Order: sequence, then C-alpha cells, then structure tokens
Amino acid sequence: MKQSGGKGSAGTLKKLMRYLRRYWFFLIISIVMSFISVALTLYIPILTGNAVDFILKPGKVDFSAILQIITTMGICIGITALAQWIMNICNNKMTYCIVRDVRRDAFDKMEQLPLKYLDSHTSGEIVSRIIADVDQFADGLLMGFTQLFTSIVTILGTLISMLTIHPGVTLVVVCITPISLFVAAFIAKKTYHMFQKQSETRGEQTGFIDEMIGNLKVVQAYNREAASMETFDEVNERLKQSSLKAIFFSSITNPATRFVNSLVYAGVGIAGAIVAIHGGITGISVGQLTTFLGYANQYTKPFNEISGVITELQNALACAARIFELIDEEPQLPDAADAVVLEHVEGNVGIEDVSFSYVPEQTLLQHVNLKVRAGQRIAIVGPTGCGKTTLINLLMRFYDVNEGRILVEGQDIRNVTRTSLRDSYGMVLQETWLKTGTVRENIAMGRSDATEEEIMEAARLSHAHSFIKRLPQGYDTMINEGSDSLSQGQKQLLCIARVMLCRPPMLILDEATSSIDTRTEIRIQKAFNKLMEGRTSFIVAHRLSTIQEADIILVMKDGNIIEQGSHEELLNQQGFYYNLYNSQFAV
Amino acid sequence: MKKLLIYLKDYKKESILAPLFKMLEASFELFVPLVMAAIMDVGIAGQDMPYIWKMAGILLFLAVIGLTCSLTAQYFAAKAAVGFAAKLKHALFRHIQNFSFSEIDEAGTATLITRMTSDMNQVQNGVNMVLRLFLRSPFIVFGAMIMAFTIDWKAALIFVVAIPLLSIVVFGIMLISIPRFRKVQEGVDKVLGITRENLTGVRVIRAFNQEEEERNRFHLNNEDLTKLQLIVGRISAFMNPVTFIIVNAAVIALIWTGAIQVDTGVLTQGEVVALINYMNQILVELVKLANLIITITKAVACGNRIQSVFEMETSQSFPEEPVEEDTSGEIIVDFQDVSFAYKNAGDEALSHLNLQVRRGETIGIIGGTGSGKTTFIHLLPRFYDATKGQVLVDGVDVRAYPKEQLRNKIGIVMQKAVLFKGSIRENLLWGNAEAEDPALYKALETAQALEVVKQKDGGLDAMISQGGKNLSGGQRQRLTIARALVREPEILILDDSTSALDYATDAKLRKALQEMEQKPTIFIVSQRTASIQHADRIVVLDDGEVTGIGTHEELLKNCEVYQEIYHSQFKKEVQGA
Repeated sequence: MKQSGGKGSAGTLKKLMRYLRRYWFFLIISIVMSFISVALTLYIPILTGNAVDFILKPGKVDFSAILQIITTMGICIGITALAQWIMNICNNKMTYCIVRDVRRDAFDKMEQLPLKYLDSHTSGEIVSRIIADVDQFADGLLMGFTQLFTSIVTILGTLISMLTIHPGVTLVVVCITPISLFVAAFIAKKTYHMFQKQSETRGEQTGFIDEMIGNLKVVQAYNREAASMETFDEVNERLKQSSLKAIFFSSITNPATRFVNSLVYAGVGIAGAIVAIHGGITGISVGQLTTFLGYANQYTKPFNEISGVITELQNALACAARIFELIDEEPQLPDAADAVVLEHVEGNVGIEDVSFSYVPEQTLLQHVNLKVRAGQRIAIVGPTGCGKTTLINLLMRFYDVNEGRILVEGQDIRNVTRTSLRDSYGMVLQETWLKTGTVRENIAMGRSDATEEEIMEAARLSHAHSFIKRLPQGYDTMINEGSDSLSQGQKQLLCIARVMLCRPPMLILDEATSSIDTRTEIRIQKAFNKLMEGRTSFIVAHRLSTIQEADIILVMKDGNIIEQGSHEELLNQQGFYYNLYNSQFAV
Repeated sequence: MKKLLIYLKDYKKESILAPLFKMLEASFELFVPLVMAAIMDVGIAGQDMPYIWKMAGILLFLAVIGLTCSLTAQYFAAKAAVGFAAKLKHALFRHIQNFSFSEIDEAGTATLITRMTSDMNQVQNGVNMVLRLFLRSPFIVFGAMIMAFTIDWKAALIFVVAIPLLSIVVFGIMLISIPRFRKVQEGVDKVLGITRENLTGVRVIRAFNQEEEERNRFHLNNEDLTKLQLIVGRISAFMNPVTFIIVNAAVIALIWTGAIQVDTGVLTQGEVVALINYMNQILVELVKLANLIITITKAVACGNRIQSVFEMETSQSFPEEPVEEDTSGEIIVDFQDVSFAYKNAGDEALSHLNLQVRRGETIGIIGGTGSGKTTFIHLLPRFYDATKGQVLVDGVDVRAYPKEQLRNKIGIVMQKAVLFKGSIRENLLWGNAEAEDPALYKALETAQALEVVKQKDGGLDAMISQGGKNLSGGQRQRLTIARALVREPEILILDDSTSALDYATDAKLRKALQEMEQKPTIFIVSQRTASIQHADRIVVLDDGEVTGIGTHEELLKNCEVYQEIYHSQFKKEVQGA
C-alpha cells in the first residue's frame, strides 16, 4: 500500500505530464507571468513607501522625485495587470483543454473496455471518475499548482523585501504570523467532531426524507402524515442544534485569523514607531513603515492559502490517479486483422467444448457442447442467478470463452468482426434501456436510415404504436433518463420495436417480456414468431408456454448447463428440470 | 425566494443583530488607519513614546472589540440561518405531505427529495452568508469613502471616482458570467448524462454497434463544454487585472493629490498613508462581495425551486367534519359511471365504470399493462379524484369523507412492497398504532408471514433496514399484506401484491383471507388468472374499459379478453384437457 502510494503519485505526475506536454507553451508563459506579477505586486508597496517619504511636511515635498516614482509605479501596474491577465488566460486554456483531453480519453477508453471491467465496477463509480474526479483534478492540480507557486514566491518575496527594509521589524511579523496558523488548525481540530455530528444527523434526516417522501403514497395510505411529521420535527430540531454548533464554531476561524492579523499590524506599527524614534541609522522612515504595514496586511494570506492548497493537491492527485487508472485499463482485444465480415447468416450456431469463468477460482461453464440449427428455438431455464446471462455474454462476445469455441455459420466468432457478429443478433434484455432522445430515435437506434413508415410498422408489430400515439408528442416525445412518463412495460415494448426494425437473423431475449402482461406478450410473441420463422432464437424464459415450445431447453444451475433436451425428454429424465417444473408450474 | 423569507420572522432579532454587529466590527476596522496615521504624525514626528504606547493600546482594544463583535455576529447569523432552514424544512415537509397523488406524480419524488435536502442546504448557506457579509462589505467600502472625506474632501473625490468604477467592473463581470456559469453547469450535466447512459446501456449500445455514434456524441458535447468554460474563463480573467489597475491608479492619484495637499499644509504625511490604506481595504472587500454574490445567486436559484414546490397547491381538499356512513348496508362500494384521466394525459385511463360491490364480496381485477387496474382501485381511498361520476363507500361519496376516516376503512397493499426502517413491529403498527401483539401475530398468520418473523432474530423486534433491503421480495410482500391486515379494514385491496410469491403460498394466502373471522371486502388486482379465478366476481379491464364482469366460468364463456388472458397462461393445460 505504502509502496504503491509513493510510486503511484510519481507515476500519476508522469502521466499528467503526458497531457501537460501538449500545452507546455502555456505552462511556461504562465509560470513566467506569475513570477513577474508577484514580484511587481511586492515592489509596488515599496514604491508607495518611497513616495510617502518624499511627502514630509508643508514646503518639504519633492514633486519631481514623486513624479518619477509614480511614473515607475504606473509602468509597474500596467505590466502587472497584463501579466496577471496573460497568466489567467494561459491557466484557463491549459486547465480546460487538459480536462477536455482527459475526459475524452477516459470516455473513449470506456467504450472499448471489456464488459468484464464494466460489470465489476458500478456505473456510479465510473461516472464519478470521468466527471467529478476530472473536475476536482483540474481545479486542484492546475489551479493548486499555480496558487502554491505564487504563494511561495509571495512569502519569500515579502520576506526578502521586509528584511531589506528592516530586519528587526520583520522579526515581529515572522513571530506573530504563525499564531494565525495555530489558531486555524486548533479550531479545525476542535470543530471536526461537531461537523461529524452535523453530517451524521444530516444523513439521518436525508435518509428519513428519502423514505417518507419517496414512499409518500404509502405514508398517505396509512394516514401516517402526522406521525412522520413528528419524527421529522424531532430530527430537524437535533439537526438545527448540531448545525448551529458546527457553523458557528467553524466560522470563528475568519475573525480569529483577522484578529491575529490586527495584532501583526499593531505590532508592526509599534515596532516600526519605536525603531523610527530610537533607531538612528538603522531606523525606518515613515514611508518604509507604510510599506511594512501593506505587507503585514497580506502576509498571513498566502500561509492560509498554502495549507488549503496542500490538502487540495493531495485530493487532486488521488483523483488524477483514479482517472489514469481508468485510462490505462487494458481495452478489449481488437478484431483480428484478418477478421471476416459475417454475411448471409441463417442461424447455425455451434458451441464446441466451451469452458468459461469470470474469475479463475470459480469455474462456471465446463466443456459445454451445443449444436443449434437454423430456425431452432432455444430456451434457457434455471433458478435466479444460475448464470443464464453468461451464455448471452458469450454468444454476443461481450466476454470471450476461455476454452473451446463458438461458431456462427461455421466461423469462429473470434475470427469475425464484432460489428457483423452483433448485427446478426437482435437482443432484448430484461432491463429496459432507452437513450435520451425521442421515441423515434430510440426505435431507429439500430438503423438510422429507417423510414418513418418502417419505424411505425415496427412499432405496430410490437404493439407499441397505440400507446406511442397517445403520448403528448407521439413519436417525437422525449425520453429522459429515469423519466416516469413511460411504464416499465411500455419501455420494453419500445426495446422490442427497436429489434423489430432491424430484423436480425437471430434473436436473444433475456426474460424480455417480464413486465408485459401475458396477453400483450402473446401478441408480441406472435409477431416475433412471424419475424423469426426459420430463424434461430435464444430465450431466457420464465413462462411455461415459451419453454414448452422450445426445440431445445438448456437447464442451468450454478453457472453450468446441467441438462439439455426437449420438454418431454427432460421430463422423462426426472432430473432437475422435472423438479423445477413440478415446483414452479404445477398449479 | 422572497416568499420564503417569512420563515425568518421568528428570527427577526438575530437577523437584525447579526448584520448590525458585523457593521460595528467593520467600523472599528475603519478606525485602524486613522490610529496608524496618528502614530506617524504625532508619535513618530513628535518622538512621543508614551503616545505611541497609548495608540498601541487603542489598536489592541479595537482588535479585541472587533473580534467580539464579529463572533457575536457570526453566532446570530448562524442561529438565524439554521433556524430559518429548520422552519422552512418543516413547512415544506408538511406541504409535500399534503400533496395528492396527482401532485406527487407531477413533481416526482426524486425532485421533491432534492428540494428537501441539497436545495435547503444551499439556501441555509446563502442566508448565513448574507447576514454575515452582505452589509459588511458595502459598509466598509462606503465607510472608507466617508472616512476619506473626514480626512480631506479633495482626496476623497478620488474615492468617489474609483468606487463606482470598481463596482462596475466587479459586478459587470459577475453579471456577464453568472448566466454563462449556468450554461457551463448544463454542459457538465449533459456530459454526465451521456456517460451514465453509456454505462447503464453498454450491452445495448454494443449489441447495436453504436460505440462510434456515442463517442461522437460525447466528443461533440465535451467540445461544447470546453468552449463554454473557456468563454467564462476569458471573462473572469479580466477581474483581477482590471481591479488591480483601478485601485493602484487611485493610489497614484492619492499620492499626487496628497503631495500637493501636504505641501500646502492641508494634510499630514500620516494622513496620506491612511488614505492609501483605505483604498487597499476597499479592494479586499469588493472581492469578498463578488464571491458572496456567487453564493447568493446559487441560493436564490435553489430558493426559487423550493418556492415553486410551495406554489404547487394540492388539488384535493378534504372536509374536516366526520360524516355518518352506513357500515351495515348491503352495498359497500359503488362506482357510478366513473371516468378518470391523469393530469396532462390525452386519453382517459378509465371510462364509464359501473360497479356495485356487496359487503364481504371478493372482487378480482384483471387486465393488461396500462389497462387501468391500479387506477381503478386508487379511486377508492381517494388517491385520485374521478374526473366524471362518483365513488361511494358505505353509501357516502368519498369526497365527503375526512381523509383519515376514509383511509382508515381501507387496507391497501401496493404493487411495490415498501417497508420502512425500524422493527417489524413498528412497521406493522402502521396499520393500527394501538394493535397488541396477539393481533399482530394473527395478521402475520393470515398473511403467511409468520415464518418470516420466526426466521428473524428477535421476532417482532427484528430490524428492517431502509427499504426493507434485508428481506426478499416475497418476504416484503407478505409483511406489507400483514400490515394492511393489522388495520382490520372494511376493505382490503391487494394490488398485484403476490407477484413474488410462489403459487402454493399465494393459494394459501387466498384461502386464509377467505377464512378470516371478520372477512373484509377484498379487491385483488393481478395479472395471473390463478390469483383471481376463485373471486366472487372478476372485473376484466382493457384499455381503461370494462369488457366483462362475472365469475371465472361466465367470463370464460363470454368474455373474449378474459379467454385470451387465461389461455395465454394455461395454454398447454387447456389444450391437454
């Protein structure tokens, strides 16, 4: 862990450099400009001080000297502003372009990742890498670096300037300033548990709101409004108390550091005045004191910034590491160079001595053999979690077999292009997935060249046309992620229409009709049957009728095919299927 | 947002005191440059050491007072903001609870939850910051100007020019960039949406060979986002340099004017330094103000969203007065030519429904997806109001009942088996808070849920985690049925609530229900003919219309839709028979 941490962050920086390299020009300009702007920002108070020293009392004002100083000041101001502006522009350009590049690479990689990876990571996790982590990393790393750089230069610069003016007074500043850091750290430590308490209580409240508003219909059905209001108020009151504490005590930081700042300011004033009166040759002029006061006002700022920046940098580095981990992930094997395009698929599928497992320790399919002739219907049955989808994963080549081979029309599917293989299948999954877009776009997903007529025909065949017509904007109705405008069943009908339009030579249905009522299902089946006449279909089946009509039933258990044959054959075997049939379907 | 501010009224004192103390702090801060000027002009020039010590004392005193005032202000601000948020949450929670199902559907529970949580936090934060800083910053800015006037009116004129200029720059840049920030956020949301979509739909995308299209879609949106970000960046890149120029130009002007005024004896050296200090203070405050405005804009946007939830009025009102109903009449439920259409929906979900249900009868309801089964039974507890016709329960229109009186008659088990965090007992008591353990066990027995409780450590006191995640679907369904039974309702509604049970348990449950001592009138909604075929009467729905009412045998003979449904489920059996 320790080792990987050290190596990791060095590696991360190296990878970051890869992206930075394209914009090195902006980086160098940015560094130079920030150096210039910091240096001049520190020089201006000195000039101000010098000018003040030429304004002594009536009759003792050296206008020509002042004029000279303020001319220099004007030039300095102009250059500083310009440098700041260029720095800002460069930083922006660099940051946003790198973010764009990283995000693009991450997304492109995501599209190429084997399903093995995607299945073993939650989508929330990957989304947060591509979106939130990239943002954090941009803000933290790039902004953080420039801020860290300017802060350090500012501190050093200020220190040098102060030392050249007067070491003694500088000592006052150097001694008092750390107090503000201690105070800030002390408060942060003390408030930590208050914040914890607050977020705990807030979590409790959010959970409660989630439950009660999320299931408001049940709450109302049981007249529980008053009771849940009571609980809510109780939690709300506790949250109020803990928030008050957390917010108040954390808000002490600012006034407290400001107070320390005032102390520095007063200290500089006094020390400066003493030195000015008693100092003699090593004394200090009023103008120099002014310069000092200007510095004293800002001296604590970069210190506070640095402590913030460092935690942010650590965080950003961790984010960057997570993104690069994704980007450097091994993509799926590309199509073989001599891969052929599957054509004229009739539906002959062969599974020859196939073994497969997701993880080496846990063997799943072992030496499976299956011969499917064109037009046959294969039903896959078995208890939940028996690995029915594993077979689909292999057929569609979402996963590659470990041993043996799968043939379509006599071709090993690893020797054909993925595109042509997948074009040969029409797939309807249990989980209905629609993309953001109109109903029409969703149906035409597999065939962007489909005509309006064809789309409607496909919808009609899948019994989706009548409900689509009743939608507010018909075929132009927008479907959004998680939109409630369509019921589960309706969504499934759209998924079926999507396949209907493509008219693929083979079909894969994964409990495709589970949320459609049986009558509509029968109708769709009929439509499918018509479409599928003489073509091959693989169906993960729940319903008795589907299973009985199949030419081959594959019975799966614990990831393996344990029995295969027709309904009658399997019943005669009196094995697992026989028991399954009797327990589930006997009425 | 404005209307929300009435919830601050209990914190009037705090809301006034907080900014007031903040201003006090600020005014003490404004004295500091003057004291420093005195140190220079009187102390250093006159070599007066005791005077300098006195002034140092004053500086320290000002710092302490400033700290005290500031802390007081922070306390009051925090108290007001937190109290305000608590009140607002209470009010919104209450408001949402009174929503009828139509409003819940319209707003969506996910949205409502966001309003109650993250939006509330933003508003609380906004109020807190406003109370703390909104007066302070302008006060320092104008205070510094006024102090400048007390020193010298000619020099102060420089402030009069510089402050509006600075304000124009700072607020101008904010004004231009805020709407663009919003666009950037939209861009981020879009990119996020595509990413999430691609992950959840990865199998479909690959099955349809859509990788290339999706990549292009992402690149396009990603490119757009970058452009938007660069535009915003280009605008805000002006902020620092321009304000820097203005402030320092003003300092130069101060030095020059100061030099002239000192030369003629109007000003002292220390006073010039004080003027320069004031100018620098202004810059710091304006930057703070700009940041504050970003927080406020966010808070106001969230506040407006909360406000819009408040503006959603519940479309149902319930009488307060209890009605006298006839709980012994033969007809318990009477649907009289009832039609219903969902809000914003084109077609009616239910049309011209007529049905009289006798006390103790068991009614089965069957039909396809979207045929109106759930809509039908949701009219009984008045979750929705019929758009035409009326629904009578115990001889009284449901719209004449107070909410509790009506819903206490009905035990409804919904499609989604929802349980809440807490013990099994607590969950069951939802049905009837006064129920004793024997009654709970009886309900569990009828619901075939006794074994569920027995399997769990602690029996009735076993804890259910949020959403009932530590139970299987079938266990949840049986417990929700038990919860409804605890109520001993006159009417029991099972809305497709045995779908996760195997046939045998389903049959046992139905038998137990029929054998209950005080058997309620039962409505069973199902897609499975097996679940309803023994009902006294079966209502067959198709596209919102009743296509048949009768017993299983009658419907098999004369209802085409019912035949189709039945045969789709018992194909082989029927053919074999």
